[in-house]
Amino acid sequence: MLHFFDPRTDLDSEIDYGTPPATFDPTPDAELISLSIDGNEVRVPEGTSVMHAAAMAGINIPKLCATDSLEAFGSCRICLVQIEGRRGFPASCTTPAEAGMEVKTQNDKIGKLRRNVMELYISDHPLDCLTCPANGDCELQDMAGAVGLRNVRYTGQSAIPSHTHLDEKKDTSNPYFTFDASKCIVCNRCVRACEETQGTFALTISSRGFESKVSPGQDDAFMDSDCVSCGACVQACPTATLMETSIIDKGQPEHSVITTCAYCGVGCAFKADMKGDEVIRMTPWKGGKANRGHSCVKGRFAFGYATHQDRITSPMVRDSIDQPWRKVSFEEAFDVAATRIKGIQEKYGRNSVGGITSSRCTNEETYLVQKLVRAAFGNNNVDTCARVCHSPTGFGLKTTLGESAGTQTFDSVEKTDVIMVIGANPTDAHPVFGSRMKKRIREGAKLIVVDPRSIDLVNGPHVNADYHLQLMPGTNVAFVNAMAHVIVNEGLEAADFIAERCETEAFHEWKNFISDERHSPENTEQFTGIPAAYIRGAARLYATGGNGSIYYGLGVTEHSQGSSTVMGIANLAMLTGNVGRDGVGVNPLRGQNNVQGSCDMGSFPHELPGYRHISGQAVRDLFEDAWKVKLDPEPGYRITNMLDAAVEGSYKGLYVQGEDIAQSDPNTKHVEAALRNMECLIVQDIFLNETAKFAHVFLPGTSFLEKNGTFTNAERRISPVRKVMPPMPGLEDWQVTLGLSKALGYEMHYEHPSEIMAEIAALTPTFSNVTYERLDEEGSLQWPCNDETPYGTPIMHVDGFVRGKGFFALTEYVPTEEKVTRRFPLLLTTGRILSQYNVGAQTRRTENSSWHGEDTLEIHPQDAEDRGINTGDLVSLASRAGDTHLRALVSDRMQPGVVYTTFHHPETGANVITTDNSDWATNCPEYKVTAVQVDKLISETASSEWQNQFAEFTEQQIAFIDK
Amino acid sequence: MTDANTQGAGQAAQASNGQGLANQAEIESVVGRILVELKDIPGPLLPILHEVQHQLGYVPDSSLPIIGKALNISRAEVHGVVTFYHHFSSKPRGRHIIEVCRAESCQSMGGRDLEAHAKSALGLDWYQTTMDKEITLEPVFCLGNCACSPAIRVGDEVYGRMDAEQFDEIVDELRTVPLAFSANPAEVK
Repeated sequence: MLHFFDPRTDLDSEIDYGTPPATFDPTPDAELISLSIDGNEVRVPEGTSVMHAAAMAGINIPKLCATDSLEAFGSCRICLVQIEGRRGFPASCTTPAEAGMEVKTQNDKIGKLRRNVMELYISDHPLDCLTCPANGDCELQDMAGAVGLRNVRYTGQSAIPSHTHLDEKKDTSNPYFTFDASKCIVCNRCVRACEETQGTFALTISSRGFESKVSPGQDDAFMDSDCVSCGACVQACPTATLMETSIIDKGQPEHSVITTCAYCGVGCAFKADMKGDEVIRMTPWKGGKANRGHSCVKGRFAFGYATHQDRITSPMVRDSIDQPWRKVSFEEAFDVAATRIKGIQEKYGRNSVGGITSSRCTNEETYLVQKLVRAAFGNNNVDTCARVCHSPTGFGLKTTLGESAGTQTFDSVEKTDVIMVIGANPTDAHPVFGSRMKKRIREGAKLIVVDPRSIDLVNGPHVNADYHLQLMPGTNVAFVNAMAHVIVNEGLEAADFIAERCETEAFHEWKNFISDERHSPENTEQFTGIPAAYIRGAARLYATGGNGSIYYGLGVTEHSQGSSTVMGIANLAMLTGNVGRDGVGVNPLRGQNNVQGSCDMGSFPHELPGYRHISGQAVRDLFEDAWKVKLDPEPGYRITNMLDAAVEGSYKGLYVQGEDIAQSDPNTKHVEAALRNMECLIVQDIFLNETAKFAHVFLPGTSFLEKNGTFTNAERRISPVRKVMPPMPGLEDWQVTLGLSKALGYEMHYEHPSEIMAEIAALTPTFSNVTYERLDEEGSLQWPCNDETPYGTPIMHVDGFVRGKGFFALTEYVPTEEKVTRRFPLLLTTGRILSQYNVGAQTRRTENSSWHGEDTLEIHPQDAEDRGINTGDLVSLASRAGDTHLRALVSDRMQPGVVYTTFHHPETGANVITTDNSDWATNCPEYKVTAVQVDKLISETASSEWQNQFAEFTEQQIAFIDK
Repeated sequence: MTDANTQGAGQAAQASNGQGLANQAEIESVVGRILVELKDIPGPLLPILHEVQHQLGYVPDSSLPIIGKALNISRAEVHGVVTFYHHFSSKPRGRHIIEVCRAESCQSMGGRDLEAHAKSALGLDWYQTTMDKEITLEPVFCLGNCACSPAIRVGDEVYGRMDAEQFDEIVDELRTVPLAFSANPAEVK
């Protein structure tokens, strides 16, 4: 294979090159230019800075304001060089390399200049290096050494006493990092990181000249500014000015391990910075291909839950849920669990038990749980929490494109021209990708936001949606149909693409369907509430604006017509030819870290790993042969079936790994009734979560820091999770599943998760070349990864669709049965917030609660005024399923008639309100549409009946733990 | 915005120019009106800040988020610009601003004596305002009037070859309010 220079892969992520690599087209034809630096010949792509070129040759030019995550700035004047034939001393960071250039980076003259500049910096910098938290990791100290600074002539009392910054006060308002202005050299790196990397623009330099200083907001404290605590500024700071509080407390780490974040579906690569077996800091890894060196407040800082005192590290059993827990050995817990499961199966039949895998656990663990259910339980009653989030994505994309996964890599956003975000809130739920998206928008990409709420992307610093289509919850299908109708009727479709790559007959049938007047934006306006002209404008923009990409989230899937919307989105992409290359595609933003992986691993009752139907004889043969067991050809229960059967009394045993259905699944009262009916509920988790309060056997789990494995993110990227500390319970999660399986009489033999991956690879064609060795070499791999694509597949459907020809599915709009009535006149939609993650079990046990201590109900000023509600008032929120009490936040982000809340805190009981409506194809619950009423509460202390019961039950269950 | 609102805002602006802190409703209406007028011109931020200072006498901190939102920039960015230029004040100042040049030429032509005189005559230090909220004293670095050093500026008017006596005369004039009779009380200063 022809090898050519590619700045994305050929740079060492451990080196700071000072400026970003040149945008460079890595083809064999692209020319490199040649220049001489200190007599060394260097060949670099055009547009590379002299500083970057020198670093590539191993020549380190001293620098302070430059770092390769930020554009060159040219302010510190330390990186001055001399260039043959040019006057003066240009800054190497801002000077582009040119062919034939002869650069001198060191001589006496340059040395003297650098020393003088450094002397000025140090004249206003404390000389407490030995006791400084940055000692051992300070670029200012390093550069003072590099330039040979030996004395400072300007110290002592200045003529004007206020004219030093040595007495500046520390800002400790942020719980995770400290801002010590006395150490600041005003290099602007934090301000630029906040702007360029994160895109929040919370920082600035206030004032000018010697008075200049870093100002969060308007000279506010960090916590009072717009800061989202992503840590980019801390990462960029070359001194101790912005420093993690954990480092201030404990000192520099002594080793680091690269691992993958266990929060959202972005799957950021982090370096776990360690002192012994204690994680003292998580720093985003520049070599991470999903995050490219960026992070958010969750992954960067909220890892303290792993060692929280609430962790339960010993197995526990009890006979019924009104008894205290008894601590036992793992062996005893396995025996108790196995005996009971077997007893239930004897009494109620083989199908009376099942398991639920988790999107938070590794691929290997998930694979083992479904294997245990299919092989040891002898049925297919296995489902995953992806059921309640992205199951429609799997179904919809498989039907239309042929593979149950997003089509793109995250890098693809850098080439897109029109971004359409539907039912997703990337800046809160996928913050690192949200930042990458905002960067592209600042570069000029157009933006269409389709959301009932005015999310941050609609209007914020340097981001402004060209169209915000503020639809009513539950009308997504009417919206996508209207978009397609406009594109077809105005002749904007990519006719050649469709003719070549899609099923002709299906397309014509679909075209007849969609051309009908009932799908016109003028007609759908009555359902969606979106003015027809906006739809027409947005459709024209998406169809003709260049590379069009669609990013969607749970606002698409968690509806009674979730699968239809996903298919409608795929239709739009195929219709406009926006599939199969950089910058386009259909991109589901996965909620949890391993939603993609848990689906890939055969967690659904009807599918074996690799999305192959259980009824297929050939596939079953393959697995039966490998697992040495007979498989049931009939699909098993979905989560909803399990719960219904449990309430009805025919389903009695459940093994739940790392999932909290009592909090995250809709209609909490129904879930609780089902759980109370269980005779053996086995919960494996790091905390006594809401579900575990109904359990009979508790198996202590391990956090992502305590085990080896892999996660697969939203772009199909398989990334390694590495053990950095010993498992607190003594066993890693996969070992616990092995133990349970053995007790059930089905022994599995693995010494290490890599052996589990080897089995997955052997049985799953899309994973056949994935091994731990390859993951170590490449950092991560995007499936399909097999003999045809040994380096993985960043972009799918390049030469043709996986299913052969693309399929246009008919998507008739059927309004949801959940309608507003006089009794429940408002629509509730639920979502997430930046600082908290999912059910909050992890983030609530960290300082992240400083930002979001309780769930609030967002309500439009008009609806609030009708009810006499002000921000901060306690209100009741009631639906036909139940009611709960929480505080109101009056906000013009909402549209009239729609209210919004989050479900991060169990005592809020947001899912007490949600109903058991679900997607027609996949049973994904309709979390996003519930008819509700909101009333102001007079009494400040009143909790709803459910909340009182919840508080009492929680208190009782906590008391049952023998600490 | 209705006509009645616009009118109200205009009066509020007039009343508050150089008259201390404006209340939030006033700030919102004045800034809102300025934004409608100026936010779509190329490079709108500085003209907007000038206009806000002109109408309210200063650039209130609470106006920055409003300006930022309208221009699609953060309040921090607006703050960076406001604090960069000494011309902008984030606190209310006197009705008249007297700026005394402290650049090299003026200093060499007796500027330091003039500074001392200005301070003692007005009983102010730099950036302070007289009790009657009439005059604020500020230093400035070069008015470009070096040939006629030392120089001061009052509002948009630059005065050269300044000495203590002339300074006092100017201050007297600034403090003298002509009596006038008019049917419209707003015209009476």
